[in-house]
Amino acid sequence: MRFFNRVWTRTFSYIVLLAFTAFFMVPVIWLLFSPFKTDHQLISENPFALGTLENLGHAVRVMFTFEDYSLLNWLKNSAIYSFGGIFIALIFSIPAGYGLAHTQFIGRRTLLGITLFVMIMPATALVLPLFLEANSVHAVGTPLAVILPFSFFPFGVYLAYIFYSSSVPKDLLAAARIDGCNEWDVFRRIALPLARPIVALVTFFAFVANWNNFFLPFVMLPNSTNYPLPIGLQDLLSTTPAFNPGQGGQVGIYRPELAVATIVAMAPVMIVFLFAQRSLVSGLLAGSTKE
Amino acid sequence: MKSVVSTDAQSPQGTTDSLSSKLRRKRKNGVAGYAFVSGYFILLALFGVAPAVYAICLAFTSTGGHFVGLSNFIKTGEDFRFIPAFENVAEYLLIWLGSLVVIVIGLALMLHSIARKVSAAFRFVFYLPGALAGAASVLVWLFMLDPTVSPWRLFLGVFGFQNLGQTILPGHLPLIFAIIAFWAGAGGWIVVTYGALNNIPNELIEAAELDGAGPLQTAIRIKLPLIKKWITFMLILAFAAGTQLFVEPQLVGEASLGLISPTWSPNELAYYFAFQNNNFNYAAAISVDLLVIGLLCAAVLVFRTKLFEVE
Repeated sequence: MRFFNRVWTRTFSYIVLLAFTAFFMVPVIWLLFSPFKTDHQLISENPFALGTLENLGHAVRVMFTFEDYSLLNWLKNSAIYSFGGIFIALIFSIPAGYGLAHTQFIGRRTLLGITLFVMIMPATALVLPLFLEANSVHAVGTPLAVILPFSFFPFGVYLAYIFYSSSVPKDLLAAARIDGCNEWDVFRRIALPLARPIVALVTFFAFVANWNNFFLPFVMLPNSTNYPLPIGLQDLLSTTPAFNPGQGGQVGIYRPELAVATIVAMAPVMIVFLFAQRSLVSGLLAGSTKE
Repeated sequence: MKSVVSTDAQSPQGTTDSLSSKLRRKRKNGVAGYAFVSGYFILLALFGVAPAVYAICLAFTSTGGHFVGLSNFIKTGEDFRFIPAFENVAEYLLIWLGSLVVIVIGLALMLHSIARKVSAAFRFVFYLPGALAGAASVLVWLFMLDPTVSPWRLFLGVFGFQNLGQTILPGHLPLIFAIIAFWAGAGGWIVVTYGALNNIPNELIEAAELDGAGPLQTAIRIKLPLIKKWITFMLILAFAAGTQLFVEPQLVGEASLGLISPTWSPNELAYYFAFQNNNFNYAAAISVDLLVIGLLCAAVLVFRTKLFEVE
């Protein structure tokens, strides 16, 4: 009886897990297959029929040359905003995390508490206030209006804090002080070289968040030459006859071309995911709890 | 003297430290502390605190800059689009949070009961769509929901959907956004829940099995109560993020030929006030409403659960 019970639960588990594998993977697989087909084939043929390289070449050519290589421009913008934000975030969050973990100063606990609050609060809640603020200093429309808010990354500070307080023993730093290091030297020679895992973690989380961010650049950057990829995707969506039959077909953006743009938009994050897979699973937990 | 000053305060010598040297150490260390956090502090002030304070100021003043009390909150609250926007999001949250509790936990429990290597592969596959969060995920799902091209067309046909317009009818949106959120976000939560389950000591589970508990009973009576705080954590974070819905209704609205209201979610309404009506005070009032919800969620997490212990 127990044995049958066990076998039955296991079989049931695998059926459910495989069903959800289909749910999660079919859209990704369909997306990767679709540029190999023409728009007409997408409608008329089996969804998983194989297309041709010729069609892929056509879709890629049309998509990349669209509006004078807009896609490449969006890609470049996305890269500048994401990495600009990450770079500044790293410069400030690593010393901050170290300072919070290993120095004493008045207001330290308060700063830690505020960091925690801002980190938990969804970043989207601050987008319109940030816009109103940027608008009052006439910064709307400049790339810095996106990069600087990106560079404020409290989660990164918290990760650095957790890392320094749990993995870098106070004794190690005290030993350096006895050897004559001043506070800055202790940080630069001992703590900073140990920060490599933090750099990786912060870069990963900030990259995924920045790269996919839609709302902030959407309100801050009204000019299409400044668009990052997500806003570019919306721009494509509004001009394509595939979803807006009223739009003329002269721009030549149909479903296969849209799929190319979507793949270009997701590819960098997907690549990062594949590389970070191992450290990711532990990182997800490290970020949310302190052992 | 110097060595006593710089050894750890918790060491025995620390207690015999003279008061003045203790203070000196603290002050010296304190100056360094400020230097380390100063850059971050400026960012926090400029891009965390200042926008919130500025929004609050705007929310309590008129376009002319006069203090008007709660008037902006009342007027936006009475706007005919206000209640529907919150209702839409509430309906979406109900489905999204419900699916998190039932499906995410269910899947995590199943993953936890099978071989580690196999479960690692499943977890990765479930997590992968997270790469398409945001605009890309919406675009993918517009394809999935379009019966003319969707790989699920048979399935959509069962419900009688012939074209995209029929699938994305306004009444279906809460469910559709929940599906998109689940597709892109559930994997991360499955990984977190699985990790929490992994932290349960094996002896506990073995003891339950010795006492004759089946897999289902072990899951419900032993495993679930032990990961309760993680479930709370997941629900509060998902709730806070869900109230901020913007990109999904914005993009689906783009493809709906004007069928879907441009003020479907509260954030869209705030955006609409700012950009269509040029009424920054109303926009700020709604932003403050949403900020308060976010802050409350954070407060509950910080003060009511013991997940974020700072020292």
